[in-house]
Amino acid sequence: MTDLIRAFAEAFDLISRLDAKLIEIVALSLAVSLTAVAIATILGLPLGALFAVGRFRGRQMVIVLLNALMGLPPVVVGLLVYLLLSRAGPLGALGILFTPTAMIIAQAILITPIIAALSRQTIEDAWHEYEEQLRSLGAQRLTASVTLLWDTRFSLVTIILAGFGRAAAEVGAVIIVGGNIDGVTRVMTTAIALETSKGDLPLALGLGIILVGLVVALNAGASVIKEAALRRYG
Amino acid sequence: MAVVRSAVIGLGLTLAMPAIQVAAQKPFITVASTTSTEQSGLFRHLLPAFEKKTGIQIRVVALGTGQALDMGRRGDADVVFVHDKAAEEKFVAEGHGLARKEVMYNDFVLIGPKLDPAKIAGGKDIVAALKVIRTARAPFVSRGDRSGTHAAELRLWQLTGVDIASSKGAWYRETGSGMGAALNTASSMNAYLLSDRGTWLSFRNRGELAILVQGDKRLFNQYGVILVNPARHPHVKKNLGQAFIDWLISAEGQDTIAEFKINGEQLFFPNAAAR
Repeated sequence: MTDLIRAFAEAFDLISRLDAKLIEIVALSLAVSLTAVAIATILGLPLGALFAVGRFRGRQMVIVLLNALMGLPPVVVGLLVYLLLSRAGPLGALGILFTPTAMIIAQAILITPIIAALSRQTIEDAWHEYEEQLRSLGAQRLTASVTLLWDTRFSLVTIILAGFGRAAAEVGAVIIVGGNIDGVTRVMTTAIALETSKGDLPLALGLGIILVGLVVALNAGASVIKEAALRRYG
Repeated sequence: MAVVRSAVIGLGLTLAMPAIQVAAQKPFITVASTTSTEQSGLFRHLLPAFEKKTGIQIRVVALGTGQALDMGRRGDADVVFVHDKAAEEKFVAEGHGLARKEVMYNDFVLIGPKLDPAKIAGGKDIVAALKVIRTARAPFVSRGDRSGTHAAELRLWQLTGVDIASSKGAWYRETGSGMGAALNTASSMNAYLLSDRGTWLSFRNRGELAILVQGDKRLFNQYGVILVNPARHPHVKKNLGQAFIDWLISAEGQDTIAEFKINGEQLFFPNAAAR
């Protein structure tokens, strides 16, 4: 119990004195995870729409695979990206291992299937509902998917937030491809892992509290924007 | 939706760009090192002094010695700074690294619960202590991660004449984790374990654990530094890496190592041959 109280005290202390190191780590966490989410959204939503509306051989297989990929273990993704980006690997010449770029790549791979699979389901449900209507208007599949993406936009926000949550919370991938280098690739989750290793459990938990707080704040922000947009465009 | 999405993208990019650019400006080298040097706080003390003098940033990836050497073999580090002499010499002999330089030492200590069920506290003979733990089947936590400390532990078991690989039981737990994580495990189950003194001194979650056996010559722990062979990996920053190694073994670098203390206790003892 005293450890928990100390953890909250640590968290409060770090925030109240705007610890420079903490700000740097939080900024990098947000930069990496938000960029990864942006990439995963740009890739995932069209993919989701394609699989929702498209009809092609092997579609069911692809959907099963996509759904399964939502459970990709971060450490496996990390290892895969590490082997690709390592100097001894096929993309080693890029020299981007142990950089934020490598971390963005790993997280984007991790969450693209989540955004694609969940948006596929949402869009497909909407497609079943509006298929006849859209067809009677003469909409092609492409036009239909754009319409459906726009129509389901509020549900898609939640899906994107789920992707962000996964990215911001994972440690397995970023610690392998980033290396947890102080001041370069240290993010919230790897800092928490490090402080746990040092046995400073209250500080580790304090950082955890800040991370959860950040995710809550971001979700609250998104919710406010969503409400405002709902009122305006209904 | 579109509003949110573009806001998210914009925010992500504006935040990401400066972080990536700042990282790209300074000349830097990547050093594969051990959890003990990182978690004890040595690097936080040592590296700013070097960076201030030379302007070269040192990016440390802290792993177990085995993994750190693997990183060097793959060409993902410019310099390795580790503590397993036999493995380091093999690394150099196989052509993965240039000359190995000794930098500093500290020692291993046998940690265990203050209640000490195996009754080994206060002894100096590490081999005798391990034998007693084995006979008593007292809980023992092993790193099990091919780190320098794990290698040292296995060498000590060998000296006891016990083949630990075949006599492992429920009492001997391999955690496959770093020093700090292994200490956390030992602390929560009141087990014995071998730790480097540096990590122990800076470790906070000690619980009922204390140093029980120390001072045996066989607990000596030497750290060495090696430049990854640029002939194998042309991208290795040979000059910057060599500058770091030269500084570590210079009088100035050695003094900086000696100055690092926790609660007045010196953690690492410089012993570069050049001194």
